[in-house]
Amino acid sequence: MKYDVTIIGAGITGSCIAFELSKYDLSVLVLEKENDVSMKTTKANSAIIHAGYDPKPGTKMARLNVLGSKLTKENAAWMNFHYKQIGSLVIGNKEKDGELIDALFDRGVKNGVEGLKVLKTREEIEAIGEKNLAPDVNYALFAPTAAICSPWEMALAYISNAVVNGVTLKRNCPVTGIHKEGDTFTLKTPEGDFESEYVINCAGVDADDVDSMVEKKAFTIKAVKGEYYLLDKDQGDLVHHVIFQTPSKVGKGVLVSPTVHGNLIVGPNAQGHDDKEEVRNTSAGLADVRTKAVRSVPSVNFFDNVRNFAGNRATIEDYDDFYIEESKTCPHFLNFAGIKSPGLSSGPAFGKEAVVMLKKDGLVFHEKKDYKRYSLPTFVKEMKEEDKEKLIATNPHYARIICRCETISEGEILAALHSPVPATTIDGVKRRTNAGMGRCQGGFCGPKVFDILKEELHLPFDHIYQDREGSQVVVSQTKENRE
Amino acid sequence: MKTLHVNLLIIGGGPAGLAAAYGAYQAGERDILIVERDNRLGGILNQCIHNGFGLHRFKEELSGPEYAQRYIDMLKDTSVKVLSDTMVLDLSSNKVATISSFENGLMKVEAKAVILAMGCRERSRGAISTPGDRVAGIYTAGAAQKYCNIDGYLVGKRIVILGSGDIGLIMARRMTLEGAKVLADVELCPYSNGLARNIAQCLNDFDIPLYLSYTVTDIIADKDHKRVSKVVISKVDEKRNPIPGSEISFDCDTLLLSVGLIPENELSKKAGVRLDRRTKGAIVKDNLETSIEGIFACGNVLQVHDLVDNVSAEGEKAGRSAAEYIKEGEKVSATVSSLPGEGLGYLCPQILRKEGSEENVDLFFRVRTPLKQSVLEVYGDGKLLKRIPKIRLVPSEMESVRLKRSELAGLKEVSVVAKEVTR
Repeated sequence: MKYDVTIIGAGITGSCIAFELSKYDLSVLVLEKENDVSMKTTKANSAIIHAGYDPKPGTKMARLNVLGSKLTKENAAWMNFHYKQIGSLVIGNKEKDGELIDALFDRGVKNGVEGLKVLKTREEIEAIGEKNLAPDVNYALFAPTAAICSPWEMALAYISNAVVNGVTLKRNCPVTGIHKEGDTFTLKTPEGDFESEYVINCAGVDADDVDSMVEKKAFTIKAVKGEYYLLDKDQGDLVHHVIFQTPSKVGKGVLVSPTVHGNLIVGPNAQGHDDKEEVRNTSAGLADVRTKAVRSVPSVNFFDNVRNFAGNRATIEDYDDFYIEESKTCPHFLNFAGIKSPGLSSGPAFGKEAVVMLKKDGLVFHEKKDYKRYSLPTFVKEMKEEDKEKLIATNPHYARIICRCETISEGEILAALHSPVPATTIDGVKRRTNAGMGRCQGGFCGPKVFDILKEELHLPFDHIYQDREGSQVVVSQTKENRE
Repeated sequence: MKTLHVNLLIIGGGPAGLAAAYGAYQAGERDILIVERDNRLGGILNQCIHNGFGLHRFKEELSGPEYAQRYIDMLKDTSVKVLSDTMVLDLSSNKVATISSFENGLMKVEAKAVILAMGCRERSRGAISTPGDRVAGIYTAGAAQKYCNIDGYLVGKRIVILGSGDIGLIMARRMTLEGAKVLADVELCPYSNGLARNIAQCLNDFDIPLYLSYTVTDIIADKDHKRVSKVVISKVDEKRNPIPGSEISFDCDTLLLSVGLIPENELSKKAGVRLDRRTKGAIVKDNLETSIEGIFACGNVLQVHDLVDNVSAEGEKAGRSAAEYIKEGEKVSATVSSLPGEGLGYLCPQILRKEGSEENVDLFFRVRTPLKQSVLEVYGDGKLLKRIPKIRLVPSEMESVRLKRSELAGLKEVSVVAKEVTR
C-alpha cells in the first residue's frame, strides 16, 4: 500500500502534524525510531507555552508561536493534557535591563501577543504574587498568555487522536534509507519498506541525517544541551509565574517556574555539543544552572531536588528561525527542522502549516465525516470525590494505589497499557500516568509497575524495559526463582 | 462514603505499626485498626531476609520476616483489625482519614487517636544530584532488594554501590551470594554510615573494597544509551568537593544507591503535624504525641532508627500512650524543651512533660561525626545534670540517655552534648 503522507518522528512536531492530517481522508504513516513517542527533545525541555514576544517579527517562528500558543490552549480544553495559563515574567532591574524589557514588549506587540504589560515597580510585581524574587528586581515584562504544560502528555494527546482517526503509528521503526522513483518515496526500515507520496521530516536532532537521505544535506543540526533541576512540591509555590531572566550578551539566563504537576522546574543552561544522543548531566552544567537561578529567586532550595535531566535543542547554526521548507531538489519532501524553542509552543501551528504546504503541492484534502475526538484520562487524584467514587464503583482497580508519592492507581496504569498509543515500558507508564514521577523516583512503585507490565502484557522478565528498547530493568532470575 | 469509627487508627503495618498495636492492646485498648498499603503486614522487614533482627527484643537472631511474624503472632486472636492493600490518602487534624482499597473502595475512618507509622523512603539519585547519563541500571538499594528477595530477580551483574548505609551493605552481600560481582562500595564520608557488624560481615568477609571519602562523579551509558556501562568515582576533599585527577573508573552495569533515608511525612503534613527540620519527623512529646492532640508518631516516620528492636520499643510506647489518651484524654503538664547540643545531629523527643505516667524519660539522638573516647553530658538550663562516659560514638548508631522525670522539675530546657575526651 502507498501512503499519502509519511511523517518521520513522533515528537511534538510529528505528533501535531499527524493530528492535523488525521482530520482528512488521507492515509498517513508515522515512523518513530524509539519505542515510544516524545522520547527526545519533547520530553526534556522547560515545558513552557511561550506567549510569543521573543521571536523576531516577520519570522515563521513569530507567527507559528503566537498561533500555536492559542491553539494549544483550545486543544488542552478537550484533549485533557495538563496545561495551565499562569503567565510569564521577564524580570530585571530598571537601570540595567529596562531598555531590553521595553524592546521585548514592542516586539511582542508586533508579533500580535495579547495582554502584554510592563510592570514598572517592585510593588506592581509583588502585587501579582511574586514576593520571592531577588531584591534588585523592579521591572518586568508580564505576558499573561504564557502557560505551562506537560509536553509528553501533549505529544501523546495529539498522536492518540491521530491514531484513533486512522493514522498508522509504527514505533521501533527507524528510517534507514529513502529512495524516490517517479512520485513514490520508498522508506527503508527494519520492519520493511513503506511507500509514500509525501514525506515530512520531523526527526528533531536527527533531521539533517534524514534530509541527507534524499538530497545533499541542506542544513546541519547542532544539538544544544540544556540541563534542569526538578524540585519537590514543597518548592512548587515559590513562584507563581514562569520567571525568565532578561536575556543578555552572555545568554538567555535560566527560568524558574512551577510545573503543571506542582513541582518547581529550574533551568536550562546551554551547551553546544556534537553527540546528538548525549543528554547527560554534568557537575559544571548543574552548578551553572544553580548559580544563575538564584539570581532570580535566591531562596530556591536545591536540597529539595527530585530529579535532574537534560535535553537537546535541535538548532541550526546562524539560522534564527524554524527551518520549514520543501526540499529544493526533491519535491514532496518537507523539512520541519531546527525546531528549537518555541517549538513546543508552536506544535499545533506546525500541523496547520503542513496542510498549507501539502495543499500547495497538490495534495487534495477532504474532511473526514466520522472524525472522532479522544481525550486523555483525568488523573483520579484530580477528580471530584463523587466522580472518584463512581469510577471506583465500576472498576475497583482505581482504588488500589500503586505510586504512593503521586497517588496513582492500578486502574490508571492498566488503562495506559490499553490506550490508543499504549505504554510498553516503565517510563512509558510514567509519562502517561505520573507513576514514578514523585519524590521517591519509582523506588517503591517501580517493582510494582514491573509486575503489572509482566502480567498484563505477558512479557518475559528480560523484555521489561525501563525506557529505551533493550534497557532491561532486571537481568536474570535469582537462584530460587530459577529452580 | 462509608465511615468506620475506631478508637485507634494505626497508619502502617510495618514494625512500628505492629508494635504500636501490640502496645495499645497490652494497655487495654481493644478497638484498634491497622491500615497497611502493602498486601501483607511486616513492611520493609519482609524483604530483609538476612538475620540479625531481634537480639534486644527477643534475645534471638531472627530474619526480617521472622521478626515481623513474631509481632503478627502476638496480635493473632486479638481484636486488632487489619485492612491491608489499603492506602491512606488523606488525614485531617481532627483525625479523619480517607482510605482507598481495591476491596472496599473509598472510605472514611474516624478515630479517637491516630498513630503515624508510615516509615521512611530512600533518598534517590535526584536528591544528591549525581551527574551522568540517565539510563537503566541505577536503583536504590531497597528497590534492588525488593526485586531480589520478593520478586526473584537480579537487577545487574557487575555492581558499584554508592553509600555505606545498612541496606547498601546488606545488598553488597546479597548480590554477591547471588553470583553478581560487587566491585566497590563508595562512601562520601571519611567513615562508614552502616553498623560495624555489617561492614565486617557484608564487605570485609567478601573482599569488597570500601572507598571512604569518595563519591560517584559520573555515570556513563553504553553506546546505545540503554544502560550503565561505567561508573566513575572521585576522592573528595574536606568540603566534600571532588578532587580532579583522583578518578577511578569501574566497568559495571549497575549502580545501587544507599544514600540515606527520609521519614515519609506527607500525610503528617496534610494533617498539620509540625515537623523537626533535623529529624524530618514530627516534633513529639516524650509520650510520642505530635503537635496535634491524639496523633502520635513512632518508628522511622519519626526518626530513622538503626535497629528494628528500637523501632518496636518506640512503637509499643506510642501504643501505650495512645491507649492512655483514649481512656483518659489529654493530660495537661508543664513541659521542658530538649535541644541537641554540640556534636548531636538531632534529639528526639523534642518536648518533655514534667508529669507523666512513666517514671523515666528517654532521649534519643545520633552524633554528627564519629567520636573516639568521649562523654555525653546532659544539661538542664545550662547546669550539668549527668555525665556519661562512652568508649566511642558513631553516627550509624542511635544513642540514648535516660532522665528521671523528677529531674525535670524547675527546668525550662534540657540539652545533650557529645564530645571527645582529651587526655
